[in-house]
Amino acid sequence: MTTAIAHTDGHHSPEKGLMRWIKTTNHKDIGSLYLWFAFTMVLIGGAMAMVIRMELFQPGIQLIEPQFFNQMTTMHGLIMVFGAIMPAFVGLGNWLIPMMVGAPDMALPRMNNWSFWILPFAGGILLSTFFMEGGAPAFGWTFYAPLSTTFAPDSTDFFIFAVHLLGFSSIMGAINIIATVLNMRAPEMKLMDMPLFVWTWLITSFLLIGAMPVLAGAVTMMLTDRNFGTAFFDATGGGDPVLFQHIFWFFGHPEVYIMILPAFGVVSHIIPTFARKPLFGYSSMVYATASIAFLSYIVWAHHMFLTGMPVAGELYFMYATMLIAVPTGVKVFNWVSTMWRGSMTFEAPMLWAISFVFLFMIGGFSGLMLGIAPADIQYHDTYFVVAHFHYVLVTGALWSIIAATFYWLPKWTGKMYNETLAKVHFWWAVISVNVLFFPQHFLGLAGMPRRIPDYSLQFADFNMISSIGGFAFGASFILFTYIVIDCIRNGKPTDARPWEGAKGLEWTLEPKAQYHSFNTPPTRALIEQESQHS
Amino acid sequence: MAKMESKKKITKKFWTKLILAPILMFFFAYAMVPIYGVFCEITGFNGATGRVDSEQTYVVDETRKIEVSFFAMTMNGFPVQFGPKVSTMEVIPGKFYTTSYIAKNNTDEIVIGQAVPSVAPTGAAAYFKKLECFCFNKQVFKPYEQVEMTLRFVIEPELDERIKDVSLSYNFFKLNS
Repeated sequence: MTTAIAHTDGHHSPEKGLMRWIKTTNHKDIGSLYLWFAFTMVLIGGAMAMVIRMELFQPGIQLIEPQFFNQMTTMHGLIMVFGAIMPAFVGLGNWLIPMMVGAPDMALPRMNNWSFWILPFAGGILLSTFFMEGGAPAFGWTFYAPLSTTFAPDSTDFFIFAVHLLGFSSIMGAINIIATVLNMRAPEMKLMDMPLFVWTWLITSFLLIGAMPVLAGAVTMMLTDRNFGTAFFDATGGGDPVLFQHIFWFFGHPEVYIMILPAFGVVSHIIPTFARKPLFGYSSMVYATASIAFLSYIVWAHHMFLTGMPVAGELYFMYATMLIAVPTGVKVFNWVSTMWRGSMTFEAPMLWAISFVFLFMIGGFSGLMLGIAPADIQYHDTYFVVAHFHYVLVTGALWSIIAATFYWLPKWTGKMYNETLAKVHFWWAVISVNVLFFPQHFLGLAGMPRRIPDYSLQFADFNMISSIGGFAFGASFILFTYIVIDCIRNGKPTDARPWEGAKGLEWTLEPKAQYHSFNTPPTRALIEQESQHS
Repeated sequence: MAKMESKKKITKKFWTKLILAPILMFFFAYAMVPIYGVFCEITGFNGATGRVDSEQTYVVDETRKIEVSFFAMTMNGFPVQFGPKVSTMEVIPGKFYTTSYIAKNNTDEIVIGQAVPSVAPTGAAAYFKKLECFCFNKQVFKPYEQVEMTLRFVIEPELDERIKDVSLSYNFFKLNS
C-alpha cells in the first residue's frame, strides 16, 4: 500500500516506447488509446459502409455477392456500435471525467488498462471472421434467432466470443466510472456540482451494468443452442425465436441510450461555452437524463410491433415510447434557451454542437413516427428505419464525439487545430451527411426494404444521390484525420483556457493537461468558480 | 493525504452491489425464459395452447358455434407428408371433440419429429385446451409408415364472444435423436 502511494505520488513522466501504452494505468493514456482505437474502427466500419453504398449506387447486383453484402451490413453495424461509438465515449470519459471531478486518476487504473486491452482482441476476433470458411456473420447486427443459430456460419461462435469480450470490457469500464465519480470526486464537490458530462456518464454506466449482461446472456444462450443442444430459441425443443427478440431488445433499447446520453453531456458543455451563458436548467438536465435512462428499460418491444403482440401490449409500448420525447424535449429546449440571447460565436465545436441539436432532433422525430404502432407497420424494416437511426447515431452520437474532439483537443495536446480547415470540414460533413441520409427517408416511405443489395427501378435516383453523399461524407474523414494530426504535430500553442467562455476544472490545468493532474483536490472556491451553472 | 480522505466514500456494501449487479443481470436474461413462458401461457401470446388433464365439465351454450380450421406445415427438409383429416369443424364451446392428423413417412429411414402448435387469433389461444395431442411428445415415423394421430380438445366458453373463427396449425420439425 505504501509503495503504491509513493509510486503514484512521484511526478515522473511516462515510460518511453511501446511498453508505455501496453502497461499504462494513466487515465489520459488510456483515454487516448480508446479514442485511437475507436477512430480506427470508424474507418474500418466506414469502409464497409462505402462498399454498401457502392453496391446500392445502381439497381441490380454489380460489385459484390448478396451474401457478402449481408456480411457488410452486419459487420458495419457491429463495428460501429461496439467498436467505434461505445469505445469513443469510454475514451472521452477516461480523459475527461477525472479532470472534471478533480481526481488524480480513475478509481481502478489497472482494471482500466485491462478493459481497454481486451478491445483490440475482441475487434480482431470479430474482423477475423471474414477470413473463415462460410464468411463473417451475415444475419444483421441484431442477430435474430434462428438466422444466427440454426442457419448461421461457423464463424458465429467467434462473433459470440467477441461480443462476450466487448461486453466484459464495457461493464468494467462502467464500474470504473461509477467508482471514480463516487469515490474519487473532489471532497468539496457535491453531486449536483458535477458537470453534465460526468452526470450523463454516471447514468450511462448504470445502463451499461443493467444492459450489457443481458446481451451476454443472449449470446450465451445462442452459444449453447448452437453447440450444446439447448433449445432456448428453437421451437423444436420447446423454445421460441420470439424470446430472442425480447431478450435482445431488452438489452438493445438501453443500448441506444448508452450511445446518446454521453453525447447529451458533451453538447451541454459546448453550447454554454460558445453562448457565453451558464447552462439553462442544469438540474432539469440531470433529472431528464435519469428519466430517459429509466424509460429506456421499459419500451423495448416497440422494435417488435410486427413480431406479433396483443393490442394492449402495442398500446403500452407505443405510449411509453412517446413518453421519452418529454425529457428529451426538455433537453432540447434547455440547449436552445442556453443559446437564447447569448453572445454566440461559431467556432468548430459550436458548429458541430448546434448541428447536433438540429439533426439529432430530426432523428428524434422520425423515431416518434416509428414509435406509432399502426404507422410502424408501413415503416418497419424499411430505409426509413435506416435513416432514423443514422440521424441519431451519426449526426447524434458521432457528431458529439467530433465536437468533443475539437473542443478538448487543445487541452489534450496543448495546441490549437486549424480553425479554417475545421470549418471547411464541418460544412463538408454536414452537407454530405444530409445528402447521404435524408433521401433514405423518402426511400423508406416508398417501401424500399433495408438489408437488401438490390432494389426496384423507382428507387434508383434517391439511392444514387444517397451514395454520392456517402462517398463525400466518407472522404470528409480524410480531412478530419489531417486536421487532428496537423494539430498534434504543428498546432500553435494555446492558453490553458483556449475558449473564452469555457468553464470547468479541466481548463484550470496546464494548456496540455499535465500527465498527473489534481494530486491535491480542488478547493470549494475553485469548484464554484468553474461551475457550468450558477 | 487528501486523496486518502476522499477514498472512503464507497462503502464495502456498495462495492459488492456494483460487482453483483452485472452478474444478476446476466442471470436475469435466463430468468426471462421462464417469465416469458408463463406470460405466454397466461395470455396465449404467440399462439401457445394450453393443456387440460381430464375431461372437465363446462357450462355449455348449445347455440354458440365456432368454426375451427386445421392447418399443417412442415419445416424445410422434413420428409413426412402431414395434414389434417378434416379441414374444418363446427365446435360448441365447452364440449370435447376428437379429430386427427395423418402423417406418412415417404422415406426408407426412421424420421423423428416434433409438432409445434399455434392458434390464431391471439386472443383465442388461451382458451384452446388440449386433452390429448401428438404434439405432447416427439413422434417416431417408421419407413413408409402412415399413421393417424389423434387430437382431443375443447374450447373454453370464456372465449371472447366476438371470436367466431379459430384456426389451429401445426408445424413439424425434424429432431435428430
